[in-house]
Amino acid sequence: MKPPPFAYHAPTQLDEALALLERYGDDAKVLAGGQSLMPLLNFRLSYPSALIDINHVAELSYLRQENGQVCIGALTRQRAIEFSELVRRQLPLLYEATMLVGHLPIRTRGTIGGSLAHADPAAEYPAVALVLGADLVLQSPEGQRSISVEEFFVSYLTTALAPNEVVTEVRFSPASPTSGWAFEEVARRHGDFALAGVAGVIDADGEQCRTARLAAAGVGPTPIRLRAAEDILVQEGVTEQSIQRAAAKAAELVEPDSDIHASADFRRHLTEVLTRRAIQRALERGQEQRA
Amino acid sequence: MSEPNEHSQARPITLRVNGTEHRGQVEPRKLLVDFLREDLGLTGSHVGCEHGICGACTILINGESARSCLMLAVQADGAELMTVEGLAPQSGGPPALPGKTGQLHPLQTAFWEHHGLQCGFCTPGMLMTAYDLLQTNAAPSEAEIRAGLSAVLCRCTGYQGIVEAVQAAAETLRARRGGQL
Repeated sequence: MKPPPFAYHAPTQLDEALALLERYGDDAKVLAGGQSLMPLLNFRLSYPSALIDINHVAELSYLRQENGQVCIGALTRQRAIEFSELVRRQLPLLYEATMLVGHLPIRTRGTIGGSLAHADPAAEYPAVALVLGADLVLQSPEGQRSISVEEFFVSYLTTALAPNEVVTEVRFSPASPTSGWAFEEVARRHGDFALAGVAGVIDADGEQCRTARLAAAGVGPTPIRLRAAEDILVQEGVTEQSIQRAAAKAAELVEPDSDIHASADFRRHLTEVLTRRAIQRALERGQEQRA
Repeated sequence: MSEPNEHSQARPITLRVNGTEHRGQVEPRKLLVDFLREDLGLTGSHVGCEHGICGACTILINGESARSCLMLAVQADGAELMTVEGLAPQSGGPPALPGKTGQLHPLQTAFWEHHGLQCGFCTPGMLMTAYDLLQTNAAPSEAEIRAGLSAVLCRCTGYQGIVEAVQAAAETLRARRGGQL
């Protein structure tokens, strides 16, 4: 189908975009890369009275290092993240996940801010942001606030964004240089939304596990931090048995739904398998980092 | 709230497609692919799924591949576009089609020679996606080609011929033009 009618605005300044958002409120949609919003409009699942196209707000597109953090402007394209040396060096998990985000011609348009604000629980970036403990900078006409990604995702396609706010920046703290990482997912076709995915960052020395962070995608209304599974690794150390137990625990922690692509049971099974793979891969990478 | 007329008011846009400047008047909700097909008569870009899954409408926007069904025509104001129609004329490559003056691009020749198409519906999307893949990776592995082309669905070929065509095109381009498209 074709999109319903809407008023179209293409501001070039953030202030202008925020004023428009204030004017239209809940009736407006912010158009970033459009890789999720445009299908919703084409299917007429969304009827905004206005589209505020932020693609010309150049001040929202950047990748830079600041106070030891990697700060990424909300309008930064996934394709720019894919080719960023800074990301490859400092946030290898984000790089690995980016290669699984949609397809090449999707990543040229799709943005990091759009992916997080859309909050599809099956998407890669929300799970990565959760595992890396990212902070989001949100801006409204009243000012700026920072929010941890843990508080940002509320439910399926629902975030803590107020109707007059936009995401302007994502801030990542790089994991310790001795930690390993992995993003494991199962999708029917490379680049499609994952039936289930697991992101992990683990810092271990031999069997001793200093920190472990794990999150699952596509198996609940938001990406899910797998805390009880992490605790098993930290408390018991990393052994074949503890990895099995952590993976089994992960499958208990998720709340998958059944749909035409996969049953809830299958998604739960995948969560266990992918958690095990993610832990093993992260440990291997950690060893390589130390060597 | 919005004013009554701002929804359907046509706006002027100016853009370059395959090296030629075009002007148009578009309603904000008009999709870029519909503008190309209906207003400019460039029907090479195909409308398949209209939600970014099939990839048949893939074109180059300012040098990068993107779905033209997931962009509004107004968003292309000021942009430089290349559609499948722009592939052949710019080429100094292999032989012309009978009765046509343009010469096929090495990618098109390779699709022809390696049975990279059957019904042809997905072909414009395959070609434009392969073009972007090769301009950022002149010597892709088979796995990289398959990952790159996973962006486009083909229901005829089983993909083998398409993958071989892209491999062959990459070789030709490397040999003939140092990988330049």
